[in-house]
Amino acid sequence: MTLNPRIVEIRQNVLKKNDLLARELRKRFQEAGVYVINMVSSPGAGKTTLLTEMLSRLGERYCVAALVGDLATENDAERLRESGAKVRQITTGTVCHLEADMVDRTLEGWNLADIDFLFIENVGNLVCPASYDLGENQRVVLFSVTEGEDKPVKYPTIVNSADVAVITKIDLAEAVGFQRDRFYEALNDVRPGISIHEVSVRTGDGIDEWISRLESDKAAFEKAVVSS
Amino acid sequence: MHELSIAHSLVELAIEAAEHTGIKRVQALYVKLGALSGVVKEALVFSFDAVIQGTPLEGARLVIEDVPVKVFCPDCQEAHILPEPFPMRCPVCGTKTGQLLEGREMELYALEGGVEDDVKPPDC
Repeated sequence: MTLNPRIVEIRQNVLKKNDLLARELRKRFQEAGVYVINMVSSPGAGKTTLLTEMLSRLGERYCVAALVGDLATENDAERLRESGAKVRQITTGTVCHLEADMVDRTLEGWNLADIDFLFIENVGNLVCPASYDLGENQRVVLFSVTEGEDKPVKYPTIVNSADVAVITKIDLAEAVGFQRDRFYEALNDVRPGISIHEVSVRTGDGIDEWISRLESDKAAFEKAVVSS
Repeated sequence: MHELSIAHSLVELAIEAAEHTGIKRVQALYVKLGALSGVVKEALVFSFDAVIQGTPLEGARLVIEDVPVKVFCPDCQEAHILPEPFPMRCPVCGTKTGQLLEGREMELYALEGGVEDDVKPPDC
């Protein structure tokens, strides 16, 4: 027996398995007419509060559903179910992000054709969820005004992978001395041209605009699919 | 810290790729890591060394090549490598650009190892 040393080119993405499954999910979502939004933020930015509002508002006209990721507890799913939407919790144990196969498994038994909007609330974390495609149509990164204007440049990878940024708790902007210009500049440094929305669930500021934006994104996506 | 999950995926992918390409003993894995991959190199190396214990890759080296961010500048009509990942501005003319060409890589691009061949000893 002799050993012939050699170097063989492989050229494959390390997360190939996740990417392939995400691609398959994206195809299933598209065929069933589901528009999927992956929500990422730090813990406490207000994902669940905004999601509750979106589920009840969109739920008046659409069939909406949500998957919610946390390390432990069913608390968020219980909170979200009050809106009347279909909700399932994904508890990840010690894993700090959601992966495509968790989404795939949790969807089991749901008829996707019955769903118009599916929201996936990722685990509160601005680092790890960046690397995992879940088959979503758009990735929304949320920051609250209390988090500091330089947060986008502290977590550039996730901001760079996001399609839209939502600034939450905007009613507190004045009280916490939120510097809007600095925050917008930080976002644009890491994701030039990113679309930015400001909302407050408590006062309702910006909510109508945000809901219409989601509706028109869904419509535009469907139109693009039909014409292609 | 998701480098442990990534190390698991890397090892799984490398074992599969080694089988496909007929490499029986992997000595090194060559990985490209983009500045925007979201992976911390040191944490990946640490996790890799732990994950390969007891697998066919035990003893293999992890060789990481850093890939800087490369953007296309719409004003210069040229691709440029950024000295730092941010701000995403053309290093020549300063125009902001989100047209990312390279920098998100997390790729196993080669395996180094040996193929054990049955070779008859020379008659002598």
